[in-house]
Amino acid sequence: MRPLKIVVLAKQVPDTRHVGPDAMKPDGTVNRGKLATVFNPDDLHALELALNIKDRVPGTHVTILTMGPQKAADIIREGYYRGVDDGIMISDRRFGGADTLATSYTIVQAIKKIADYDLIVGGRQAIDGDTAQVGPQCADKLNIPQVTYVEEILNIEEDKIIARRRLENGVETVAAPYPCLMTVHGSSPECRSRHAKKVMKYKYARTKTEMRKGYPILEELHKKRPYLVIPEWSVEDIKADETKIGLAGSPTKVKSVSSIVLTATESKVLTDSDSDIEGMIKELIKHHTIG
Amino acid sequence: MNMKSVFVYCEVENQEVAEISQELLSAGKRLAQKLGCPLDAMIFGNDLGAIESQISPYGVDKLFIADDKRLEPYTTLPHASLAHKVLKEQEPQIVLFGATSIGRDLAPRLASKLNCGLTADTTILDIGDHFVKKEKKEYKDLLYAIRPAFGGSIMANIINWDMHPQMATVREGVMKKEVFDANYKTEVISINTNDIVKDEDFVLEIIERHIEESEVNLKEAPIIVAGGYGVGSKENFDLLKNLANILGGEVGGSRAAVDAGFIEHNRQIGQTGTTVRPKLYIAAGISGAIQHTAGMQDASMIISINNDPDAPINDIADYVITGDLGVVLPKMIKYYKENAK
Repeated sequence: MRPLKIVVLAKQVPDTRHVGPDAMKPDGTVNRGKLATVFNPDDLHALELALNIKDRVPGTHVTILTMGPQKAADIIREGYYRGVDDGIMISDRRFGGADTLATSYTIVQAIKKIADYDLIVGGRQAIDGDTAQVGPQCADKLNIPQVTYVEEILNIEEDKIIARRRLENGVETVAAPYPCLMTVHGSSPECRSRHAKKVMKYKYARTKTEMRKGYPILEELHKKRPYLVIPEWSVEDIKADETKIGLAGSPTKVKSVSSIVLTATESKVLTDSDSDIEGMIKELIKHHTIG
Repeated sequence: MNMKSVFVYCEVENQEVAEISQELLSAGKRLAQKLGCPLDAMIFGNDLGAIESQISPYGVDKLFIADDKRLEPYTTLPHASLAHKVLKEQEPQIVLFGATSIGRDLAPRLASKLNCGLTADTTILDIGDHFVKKEKKEYKDLLYAIRPAFGGSIMANIINWDMHPQMATVREGVMKKEVFDANYKTEVISINTNDIVKDEDFVLEIIERHIEESEVNLKEAPIIVAGGYGVGSKENFDLLKNLANILGGEVGGSRAAVDAGFIEHNRQIGQTGTTVRPKLYIAAGISGAIQHTAGMQDASMIISINNDPDAPINDIADYVITGDLGVVLPKMIKYYKENAK
């Protein structure tokens, strides 16, 4: 089997699974600063899927691609710690405020710059929006087939890849040709942990922007070990049309947000006494709710 | 007035229009009536000769059918090519899909093709206006696609005023299904698949398929007895099962109860599980996190049984019983048996 070239799409997200009381401002908007950021859980599954293929097909090359503010370079480092070969960061203030359509356009411009790939994998969805849209939108823009909700790669063949998909009410096994795009379901295997030697090797990996404040020792190290410089692509680097990125390229806008308020009902408050419960049951039967 | 239609993509399997699609047709009709525009639909599958009769009663004006054995089971590319062709020609103002394995696979691909906006997992659909400050312009009759966001802690109203159609995927079980007119006259337009779908669209091969007829049908159950973490153990859930069996209902659970292994995953109720609207919902040992109540608050009647008199779920309950469910549930069974005819 020939080695594959895989691109993993990964995103840094606010940890919406642990929304504390101070995560909401009094006006009902989200206080992003109070939410910790994490590697999007489904994207970690996608990373594992790619690394698993690399284990099975020696010589396979895995590149991790992320888009976000400088802090998102953590995603690239995390990828290195677990075994990717390359990392690329798409970062430019002008990309900010993008919805899924503008995001997929931006990612696809970067993938076109990478040019050579057999497989693109990403998580099924990101926990900051749960939209599950960017994967299929990228596949469309690249004009390649998509295989969503992948749970396991069953077989890797010369001209096709066999995967099992997890649907809401069952499973489906499909064969897809290369190149194709897969989104990975959370029921697939968990990502392997960091490799201690790789952590030692890559812990000083930084983007140029991260280095801007001046770290002379790191700069020396980066000269000696160029693999520690994380490539950073701007609007110009990926030849993006500015009308198609960021807020300008995003058709969906948030008109308003509101906290969920439970509408109070006038409730009958009962004890667990026999008379209270018998009374309630009789009322329910009388009103044909039960019986 | 904008006479462009509201459009629904219908899912079908073995000549049966999916439940979610019937919900969407009902919701679509309500939007179309608010807008004073037609409701149109499309359906692609195999052996659809008699499918019109399942769709017309929802008040569909035009129905586009592609009938070809290669269209079932669903694969992305042929359905995307067909839907793209229909939507490009018909230029609807709104398009609705189910937030299902199929809808969430197809809709984003189409949104990319049409270069339009798409809101995921909508739970409320409405029509309203929006003033765009930058343009000093009021946009009339836009789709308000309202959905839970940030893990369910807020509701966001998503709009799209300039890159139409306005598309949304809609959660299952949220929209009320209602027949509009049993004798509604629908114009049927047959599409010749070969004219539109290229051979390359069939590159993906389905090797094997196991679709389980879900034995649990929470959505259809008139009565649900649901337990939370407060139930305490898998064994204690038997109490809930007994009550559900006697009342002719189903057992459900909160996410916490599922995570704790008290009850199977396919019985989870709430934002990440099933949304239900039964006649009676009995919540035992459920505190009532928003993620849970969002999936059951439309029940006609809610009974909360909890040790904690201040459990948030009590705010939406019609009956609040403060006490131990080990005491309360057997008494409910006893008095039901004594009093039911």
